[in-house]
Amino acid sequence: MARVVLVGNLAQLTGGVAEFELSATSVKQLFEQLTELHPALGPHLDEGIAVAIDGQIYQDTLLEPIQPDSEVYLLPQIAGGGTSPSS
Amino acid sequence: MADTATNGHAQSFVGTRTIRPDGVDKVTGRARFGADFNLPGQLIGRVLRSPHPHARIVSIDTSKAEALPGVKAVITRDDFADQPSEFIPAGEMMMNYKDVVRNVMAREKALYEGHAVAAVAATSTAIARRALKLIDVKYEVLPHVIDAVAAMQPGAPLLHDDLFTAGVEPKPDKPSNVAKRIEIKLGDLEAGFKAADLVIEREFKTAPVHQGYIEPHAALASVSEDGTTELWCTTQGHFIVRAHCARLLGLDMGKVRVTATEIGGGFGGKTVVYLEPLAIALSRKAKRPVKMVMSREEVFKASGPTSGATVRVKMGVKKDGKFVAAFAELKYQAGAFQGSPVQPGVFCAFAPYDIENVHVIGYDVVSNRPKVAAYRAPGAPISEYAVESVVDEIAKKLDIDPVDLRLQNAAHEGTKAAYGPKFGPIGLEETLNAIKKTEHWNAPLRKWQGRGVASGFWFNIGGETCASLTVNEDGTVSLVAGTPDIGGLRASLTAVAADELGVPYDKVRPIIGDTGSIGFNFLTGGSRSAFSGSMAIVEAAKQIKSELCARACKLWEAKPEQVEFSGGAVRPLGALAEKVKPMTIADFAKVAGKTGGPIGGVGRINAQGAGPSFGTHMVDLEVDPETGRATILRYTVAQDAGRALHPAYVEGQYQGGAVQGIGWALNEEYIYGEDGKLQNAGFLDYRMPVASDVPMIDTVLVEVANPKHPYGVRGVGETPIVPPLGAIANAMEQATGIRFTELPMSPPRVLKALKEKGLRKA
Repeated sequence: MARVVLVGNLAQLTGGVAEFELSATSVKQLFEQLTELHPALGPHLDEGIAVAIDGQIYQDTLLEPIQPDSEVYLLPQIAGGGTSPSS
Repeated sequence: MADTATNGHAQSFVGTRTIRPDGVDKVTGRARFGADFNLPGQLIGRVLRSPHPHARIVSIDTSKAEALPGVKAVITRDDFADQPSEFIPAGEMMMNYKDVVRNVMAREKALYEGHAVAAVAATSTAIARRALKLIDVKYEVLPHVIDAVAAMQPGAPLLHDDLFTAGVEPKPDKPSNVAKRIEIKLGDLEAGFKAADLVIEREFKTAPVHQGYIEPHAALASVSEDGTTELWCTTQGHFIVRAHCARLLGLDMGKVRVTATEIGGGFGGKTVVYLEPLAIALSRKAKRPVKMVMSREEVFKASGPTSGATVRVKMGVKKDGKFVAAFAELKYQAGAFQGSPVQPGVFCAFAPYDIENVHVIGYDVVSNRPKVAAYRAPGAPISEYAVESVVDEIAKKLDIDPVDLRLQNAAHEGTKAAYGPKFGPIGLEETLNAIKKTEHWNAPLRKWQGRGVASGFWFNIGGETCASLTVNEDGTVSLVAGTPDIGGLRASLTAVAADELGVPYDKVRPIIGDTGSIGFNFLTGGSRSAFSGSMAIVEAAKQIKSELCARACKLWEAKPEQVEFSGGAVRPLGALAEKVKPMTIADFAKVAGKTGGPIGGVGRINAQGAGPSFGTHMVDLEVDPETGRATILRYTVAQDAGRALHPAYVEGQYQGGAVQGIGWALNEEYIYGEDGKLQNAGFLDYRMPVASDVPMIDTVLVEVANPKHPYGVRGVGETPIVPPLGAIANAMEQATGIRFTELPMSPPRVLKALKEKGLRKA
């Protein structure tokens, strides 16, 4: 199970819960599982969240794999990162 | 097929100081910048701007202006459909189109002096100016607030009655000027301070400063009768301009073609739109091309500077120098609309250090100033200036060498950043050690001279990138990138393409393609263009090499394992080598038509794996006690580039960042009167450093390879502006014995401090 940590204000959307153990094997699955647990997170995950997997920050990618022993941090988009305004 | 990493050719261009592909055009004046573009029959567009910092717009009567002979179009808020409140990451910061549409053209209220209220297109500049005077705008003047801390107070003039502070619980039931509160926590701050032997707490203030790009905003739009739109503009991201304009004006993106002109500086300030949608709207109405160019006064008053801020820092440290607790509270001005760079300011504040217990809070505050735009490492120089000042004070109090103190606490591979993840391989310690090895480090100082050191951090990013390589009929190569070249992109990508394909550097010709000629590219910003672009070029070259090997196999009736690409040619291996001769790219170009058609590759990637870049700066300065003026005597920058694709350009980034930081630290500031109007909207009164103000900036290229990039590259453009503010403040302290906690440290402020301390007669 990957250890997932919400950084900053995101935990306000989960009633203060900032840490999770999740079975997600990709960023897409991670977002789906978090949204199922805390629907209020969904729109924020859709808007654009940076995901740090084992220290490496990924932005705008749903397909990045997550290992069972991965440490994952969800944080706001790093400045300069982001999807196109059209997407 | 085999492929060698170096391609076997003798010369590598990556890492060398190649001739700049755009150099001849730049030095001969051929290069065409935003204002250099013209079209037959073009009109001149001008903007009417609010004289008030805060006013309700009661009515706008354009009838007299429209009746003036020579006026072909007038636009106001009525020409832009309102947009829903929706945040999108665009440019270098988050944007809300509800705000964007109001920033390009005021709707209910004018929110700062210089806010666009109407625009005209006329057959001459004189007529356009006359027309502006004929537009009758009725304002209801409202109380204004300029300072962010004042804007946070209860009872402060409210800019937006629908702005409720996000990030606080319970959700507020009253609107305020505080758009957002954010925070990050690591460890147990209280326990950390309890364990500390020394605690230092200070409050700092920084002034808003402009990016100061030498080229003002400029746009030329031409809309045809069928709605096809062409736009030439000076921008850091023409795909982003296309997206903004299409959204704001209800256009099909496919009908809008945007060409990025040569750019005379951006530094983050050209990641948003100002004139572009106005020029298109005017052209659509007038059915003629419309050209618009901002004056310098308009640039200052109506385009985004970066935030001014108030920052409180508290750090706890053990006697031996180990940092054990760190707290900061940041209040950043956003300008008239929310979206200051306080988020990265929060993340970056303590990023250079390995500290177990950290808590940072940030506030995004609106006030009656132009909306801020990105400026190199948005938000980071401000918070890191405050932290680096306190770190310097700790070093002095504990009598520890300031570089050694930083080395003792430096973030390294495996350090958990306060914003969450652990760092991979990083080069902060290497930059600190590099500084200590310079001759500068041990150079003697005289009275009234001081030496300061500070470190800095920026994340760096990747993102969506598309670049193509096409082999021409004669074997030369055309390179098309889609991010405007601000800091050496063309030279860097050309070197990578030449190395990858094994062709001479001067046989690769790069251009920046328009939005119709290449796939989507995110903008040039976040220190991403050379990092991401070179990854895309490697991918494009890989496609070409693969295709050539496949064609060789067909021509030679060989199997894939019997050929390899190296040294700019497909080479037969083993027994096949005795039967056929290698074929160069030029050989394939000659028979391209007969072997399958044009040869090319397109790299389409969403680049990930940007490695952070750390830097350390050291500066010597001398203070004139008679005038308070500080003169920079000597300056050294050491920064981790991962791998410098083009060392001269990387050094240029280091030097440019240092000089902009010198201006930020010593002179630059927006000065407002009691009336809420900007008093120094010009380069005579807004004092930026010029060549005679600064010495040669020495540079040390540190290269700790980024393992996620094929050449080890890290972005380098942003980090160099982070350390100067702290380094110069620390040097000022050594020179005068005074800890300056407010920027800029301009002569009047320094003189006042010297008098207060009795160092100069009052």
